[in-house]
Amino acid sequence: MPLPSMKRNIEPWQDPTAEPYIQIESISKKYAFVEAVRNVSLSIYKGELFSLLGGSGCGKSSLLRVLAGFEKPTSGRIIIDSIDITNLPPYERPVNMMFQSYALFPHMTVYQNIAFGLKQESLLKNVIHDRVMESLDLIQLSSYAERMPNELSGGQKQRVALARSLVKRPKLLLLDEPMTALDKRLREQTQFELVNIQERVGITFILVTHDQEEAMTMSTRMAIMEEGRIRQIGAPHDIYEFPNSRFVAEFIGSMNIFDGVVVEDEYDHVLIDSPEANCLIYATHVGATPVGSNVSVAIRPEKVMMSQTPPAGSRNCTKGIVREIAYLGDISIYYVELSSGIRVQSSLPNLLRLSERNVTWDDEVYLFWRAENGILLTA
Amino acid sequence: MFKGMKHIKLYIFRKIASRVKQKSRLQFVIINLPFAWCLLFFLLPTLLVLKISLAKCCMGLPPFSSLIQQTDLYFYNCCIYIGNYFALLTDSFYFSVVASSVFIAGCSTVICLVIGYAMAYEISRAPKRLHIILILLVVLPFATSFLVRVYSWMSLLNTHGIINALLQKMHIIKLPLHLLDNNYAVCLGIVYCYLPFMVLPIYAALEKIDTSYIEASFDLGASKWNSFWWITFPLSMPGVLAGCSLVFVPALGEFVIPELLGGSRTMTVGQTIWCEFFNNRDWPLACAIAVFMMFSFIFYVFLSKFIKNSSSATHVDRF
Repeated sequence: MPLPSMKRNIEPWQDPTAEPYIQIESISKKYAFVEAVRNVSLSIYKGELFSLLGGSGCGKSSLLRVLAGFEKPTSGRIIIDSIDITNLPPYERPVNMMFQSYALFPHMTVYQNIAFGLKQESLLKNVIHDRVMESLDLIQLSSYAERMPNELSGGQKQRVALARSLVKRPKLLLLDEPMTALDKRLREQTQFELVNIQERVGITFILVTHDQEEAMTMSTRMAIMEEGRIRQIGAPHDIYEFPNSRFVAEFIGSMNIFDGVVVEDEYDHVLIDSPEANCLIYATHVGATPVGSNVSVAIRPEKVMMSQTPPAGSRNCTKGIVREIAYLGDISIYYVELSSGIRVQSSLPNLLRLSERNVTWDDEVYLFWRAENGILLTA
Repeated sequence: MFKGMKHIKLYIFRKIASRVKQKSRLQFVIINLPFAWCLLFFLLPTLLVLKISLAKCCMGLPPFSSLIQQTDLYFYNCCIYIGNYFALLTDSFYFSVVASSVFIAGCSTVICLVIGYAMAYEISRAPKRLHIILILLVVLPFATSFLVRVYSWMSLLNTHGIINALLQKMHIIKLPLHLLDNNYAVCLGIVYCYLPFMVLPIYAALEKIDTSYIEASFDLGASKWNSFWWITFPLSMPGVLAGCSLVFVPALGEFVIPELLGGSRTMTVGQTIWCEFFNNRDWPLACAIAVFMMFSFIFYVFLSKFIKNSSSATHVDRF
């Protein structure tokens, strides 16, 4: 495949002059009893690897099937490269899909599987041959051309499925849970491989997954979906660092959340009284938080520091008793119970060996965090 | 120490071996009971047929010469008469009978395949809850006797039958059509009677095809027809082959349908065997025809198996 000559624009969504390549305009999909997709709008730029992330039944797969053309949307429009494809049948769309089950035709060899899409375009035989061999080269399975799908391993099948959907050079490639059928080690390895291939071919990918690690590792941007709606769109680090709601905060990674009431609302900070945290929380400003309103403060476990001696200053500091320690090898997660009864997670890298650690079960510890690491949530 | 381990190993081995033996005894019974049944009621009669086919037709009871004849007090002759097979291979009448049987059975199978495939395809695409009802409707005619159903076709196709009467009433035709007593009527009867045998295996095969294959073919740009021809049809091939064999094989040996609907103008293998057996009382020749047909089938099965094996071994592109 030819390398895209232009320098990749790393974050086109930050550029106000950039034209979105794929526009999904208020798509809804109603089935007889459920509304699977509710008024979803997305703008995706050329060359992005966009993830739709959500639990099962959140409508991410329905949205993907609408994009592929297997389901007709109840309302809304889909525009790819300024062409409205909403009413085109799947075989006329410049969109290809990689199925979760791969759906490799069992009665055809690897070569015939990959050539199938090109044959439909009635291309010349030697053109088809060249393009099939090229894509077999891309997935490094050139010597497997004459194998049948049932003679391949799971990882090989996945690569063949990828090649089959890429060989038609679609404007958009949809991937439905591409890694689910692979074991963990292979999955991690394949994630990077997929990103590399995507960068080489320069095709826009939309990936559906329920695995947040997968979405975080691979995507340029991701959308968190819940009950057919999009809750937040952003780059993985944005969503992780600045979740816009309690749902997203709890969905991505683990999170400590304290409910409280705003007692001081200044131009540079907010002060929150949280009986749950048993302290005053000092946080940076987001939006309107008038005094007396109910808010939550979320802090990531790795941002919660722990010590046995009281730190300087009394804000953003509380104390509790270590109840559980989860040893994960690289890090340990301490579950500290506060006097209000809620448990706070604090993850610390295991810089010392297990036997040399000074904090252990039932120790009283101080927990504290920097003001800018607390995320103020109003929703 | 080492010796002790060996003992334990031997002990475990024996334990397993005895288990296996017990299991295999049950297996032996389960496998061999039907086998014994087949031996007694299938293989033995077949051998008898083979024996009679090698005898000479003669007056008397039984109407054939015996295989072993006593010529002297201590002298027995084994007499094998191959005249029947010779007659089969040289008399063009029998060749034309086999040819017309194969032709009728082949035509019926093709028509069955076309109609049966369409039915099976539509059933498999119907809403899931309707499947069982539709399948039931397909097999419902089996509830009435086979003979009655063929007879009712006679009354439909008769020169004074319902179809002719209707066409005459509607002034489409003046004189009644000869719908009965020809190969078309026989084909019609066979197609009607054997259609469920085509529909069921094809339906089963179509039902098993994962819809994601069809979606994938659409996704790769195949039109509805291309998707059917390159994906659905090849994947339903096991069902098609099973259905064709289930129709073709019994249709070839069919006796009742050609007898009732074909009249005297058609002559099929089944009718010829009947004719030789009861009208001409030429048991050996009838048996020879039966044996000939049986070996043709066996040959055909081996041939198709051989072709299948060689094609799967080399990944020959069949479709």
